[in-house]
Amino acid sequence: MTLFYALLALGSLALIFGLILGFAAVRFRVQGSPIVEQIDTILPQTQCGQCGYPGCRPYAEAIANGDEINKCPPGGEATVKKLADLMGVEAKPLAGGEQAEPVKTVAYIREDECIGCTKCIQACPVDAIVGATRQMHTVLIDECTGCDLCVEPCPVDCIDMLPLETTKQTWKWQLDAIPVTQID
Amino acid sequence: MEKLIQQIKQGKVWPFAGGIHPPGQKSLSNANPITRLPLPDKLVVPLKQHIGANGQLIVEKGQTVLKGQALTKPVANWSVPVHAPTSGIITDICQMPSAHPSALPELSIIITPDGKDCWCELIPHVSFADLSHDELINIIHNSGISGMGGAGFPTYIKADSRKPIEFLIVNAVECEPYITADDVLMREHAAQIVSGIKIMQQLLCPTLTIIGIEDNKPEAIEAMKLAAKDDESIVVQTVPTVYPSGGERQLIQLLTDKEVPSGGIPADIGVLVHNVGTLYAIEQAVIEGKPLIERVVTVTGNTIHNAGNVWALLGSEIKHLLDCQGFSPVPQQRVVMGGPMMGFTLPTVRIGVIKTTNCILAPDHNELAEPGPEQACIRCSACADACPASLLPQQLQWFAKSKEYDKLKEYNLFDCIECGACAYVCPSEIPLVQYYRVAKVEIKEQQAEKVKAERAKERFELRKERLEREQEARQNRHKRKPAITKSADEKQKVADALARVKSSDEKSDNKSAVAAAIARAKAKKNSGELEPDNSEVAKERAARKEQARAYKAQKEAGSSTDETTEDKKSAVAAAIARAKAKKAAKADEATPSEKSPVDDKKAAVAAAIARAKAKKAAKVEEASATEQPPADDKKAAVAAAIARAKAKKAAKADEAKASLEVIAAAEPEQIQDSAPLSAEDKKKAAVAAAIVRAKAKKAAKADEAKASLEVTAAGEPEQIQDSAPLSAEDKKKAAVAAVAAAIARAKAKKAAKADEAKASLEVTAAGEPEQIQDSAPLSAEDKKKAAVAAAIARAKAKKAAKADEAKASLEVTAVGEPEQIQDSAPLSAEDKKKAAVAKAIARAKAKKTQQEGSDKS
Repeated sequence: MTLFYALLALGSLALIFGLILGFAAVRFRVQGSPIVEQIDTILPQTQCGQCGYPGCRPYAEAIANGDEINKCPPGGEATVKKLADLMGVEAKPLAGGEQAEPVKTVAYIREDECIGCTKCIQACPVDAIVGATRQMHTVLIDECTGCDLCVEPCPVDCIDMLPLETTKQTWKWQLDAIPVTQID
Repeated sequence: MEKLIQQIKQGKVWPFAGGIHPPGQKSLSNANPITRLPLPDKLVVPLKQHIGANGQLIVEKGQTVLKGQALTKPVANWSVPVHAPTSGIITDICQMPSAHPSALPELSIIITPDGKDCWCELIPHVSFADLSHDELINIIHNSGISGMGGAGFPTYIKADSRKPIEFLIVNAVECEPYITADDVLMREHAAQIVSGIKIMQQLLCPTLTIIGIEDNKPEAIEAMKLAAKDDESIVVQTVPTVYPSGGERQLIQLLTDKEVPSGGIPADIGVLVHNVGTLYAIEQAVIEGKPLIERVVTVTGNTIHNAGNVWALLGSEIKHLLDCQGFSPVPQQRVVMGGPMMGFTLPTVRIGVIKTTNCILAPDHNELAEPGPEQACIRCSACADACPASLLPQQLQWFAKSKEYDKLKEYNLFDCIECGACAYVCPSEIPLVQYYRVAKVEIKEQQAEKVKAERAKERFELRKERLEREQEARQNRHKRKPAITKSADEKQKVADALARVKSSDEKSDNKSAVAAAIARAKAKKNSGELEPDNSEVAKERAARKEQARAYKAQKEAGSSTDETTEDKKSAVAAAIARAKAKKAAKADEATPSEKSPVDDKKAAVAAAIARAKAKKAAKVEEASATEQPPADDKKAAVAAAIARAKAKKAAKADEAKASLEVIAAAEPEQIQDSAPLSAEDKKKAAVAAAIVRAKAKKAAKADEAKASLEVTAAGEPEQIQDSAPLSAEDKKKAAVAAVAAAIARAKAKKAAKADEAKASLEVTAAGEPEQIQDSAPLSAEDKKKAAVAAAIARAKAKKAAKADEAKASLEVTAVGEPEQIQDSAPLSAEDKKKAAVAKAIARAKAKKTQQEGSDKS
């Protein structure tokens, strides 16, 4: 009899918890993988495809599925480090062993050489190039992510990737520019 | 509140934590009254002298301006105009070094004074009480007034505060050593400053106005007390001399015991702070109608003979100020703009005074020594004691050095006012403020990047959506009408061609017109790519490009042709041949060919253009295209042959061994133009130009795998024979044979990235593009000239190969044996003949870039 009560108590408890869990599973269902979102926010969103995936989000999904975290040259070591922290894996040096600090660049079209082929416009992942067929094209500097994707398709090689110009806002102070010690 | 005001009126101050007591050095410059400088030779007025946007230029180079005339007008938010400091001529508007530690160039107006110092029309308002709020704000805005204490915040925004203001604080503390500009201004112009205060009171209606003056300026305190004695709502408060009590937040705490919240502004707690210099400028603008064109500047330091305060026109070069006050520089003289604590060393003294320039300090080596080498932090915590913002400078320093920006934010780096007190007391001479400044810029940059990344992501996703929509729309359209338009197009073309053939037949009876043929072949392989079909446009463009190139070649080939341009010219064949070879992803072949002979009225010639484009990636594609559009005009036209061969290759091999061999052989053309010309009058004979280009691009990326790629791009595109036997009958002069110009380019680009794998890449780009034979036996009688062959061949081979953590072996062979030119131009010219002969230019460029992470290549 004791055995029966014990079974009944445990069974009913199991049933109650099962119902709660079942309800929670339906009620609090998570759409998609939240880790992908987190990875995506860390990635630099240049959409350059240097990782081998067509854009940052596909790469974020790939990382979530176990791909290497060191395939993002535009993000540099800082991104690898952040991804390593997030994913709980060892930070690796960048694949390709390139320069540690990526230089921010933007595309410039040498406009007198542009023949208006629209190839770069089609290549641009963020629609940062404006122009029309047989009309000169130009790059919206503020929108350009510096992904390089427009350079290759250009039939006349008139696109340069130039480093971003320093403005007063982005200028980094040189250490020791200001004297601070005073001797009387 | 009542109690607080009572306490303030009793003279109570609430000292803030920290602060330092550096030697004041103010007696150097505060003894003498403010002097006026002679007009400088030139004035450099930067468009932007404040925080915010610069105004829009409304003057132009060469224009004569009057003193006080606006040079810019405000457009965007926070933009403040600048005015001409004196009358004169605008000699230039260009980028000049700015009054900023970086000295980054800033658009500036350069004025050469005419010496008359002639004011423009001023509108004074002696009784400002009649003016409405908006009118006053407009006057302040259009007079170009921005904060003159150092930050340069546009005053009209502060004065137009929407928040209720309890306390208007007048910052007359001037706590930084050496600077006495505000001190002497108060001594001499206390009445005007009080008028300025009254204008601000009218705008803001504060309960109480507090003038804070450090106790080391007794004369200024006296003067201000005297000027403000009639007004109950103005309190002159004496504060102890502590650096940095002149900091906005510190002063508010000192005078009202209120603390500005982190990240907030004083208006949030009902306080507004104005500098005395700003208030003086407001008084000048409203009551006198004078815009802000000059300010008091302290010129001081041991290397200055007459240290003191001067009225300096905005835009006067620092050099002018120094020279006028007597300046004997020491070796490696530094000139600091601002005070010794918060100022910066000027990179050059040819920078103009701006609205925020309160001091020019030219110290010798004893009074302001170069900072010594930075030493390790000994954790003495002197910096934390000195910090007026109660931060932990030592912690911040560690985080700044290790770039832990999140931590920096957590420790309230942005509450740092960069006063330099921590660095001043640091026994290890650590330039703490510099670390914070760098870190602040980095953090701001990161935030900006984050915003940009967010926008890029959004744009990327929108684009993806758009492309999908377009593709869907296209598919739907194709379903509805099955390519009717295209067939109609083709029919039209055939009809056109027939008509042209007929007309040419008729006309060629009379005149020696020659047949021309166009053949085109294009092969595109877009399997699944989303490219609009713009082949027609591309064709047209190509045709135009070729004409242009032929024209260029003609020009190149000849001074000779130019010389011959007398009456008669007979122009000859132009043959353009191109071969392009592109290869992409999968194999596709298409060879449409069209022939459309075109003929015009006079002796026409052959022009042949051939193109072959082939794209290939990963697998092999071939396409050969021949185009022969004859271009005929009134003069017998020319032969130009251009051939291009482009080969692109992008191969990606991933996690596998991939061996790719690509052979792109483009041998597209054999063009023979036999254009026997018997031209009668005014004929020209310009000749063959052949341009061959071969470009081969290759991008091969091999990842985690062995990848071996071989690309052979051989472009042997042309054999051009032009035999243009000319027999001219009457009055024939010039029979010119300017012959072949052949340009061959072969570019081979290769970017190969091999990762964690062995990658071996071989690229052979052989461009042997030309064999040109021109036999132009010319028998011209009179004034004949013969200009002959110009052959240009280029072979470029670029290669960028990146191999990482792997063995990568790359071989690039770029063989450019482009030319064999034979020109046999037996010329029997009698009179004034010239024979300009062969030019052969061959270039072979080979670029190779290899970047390797590991040592092996």
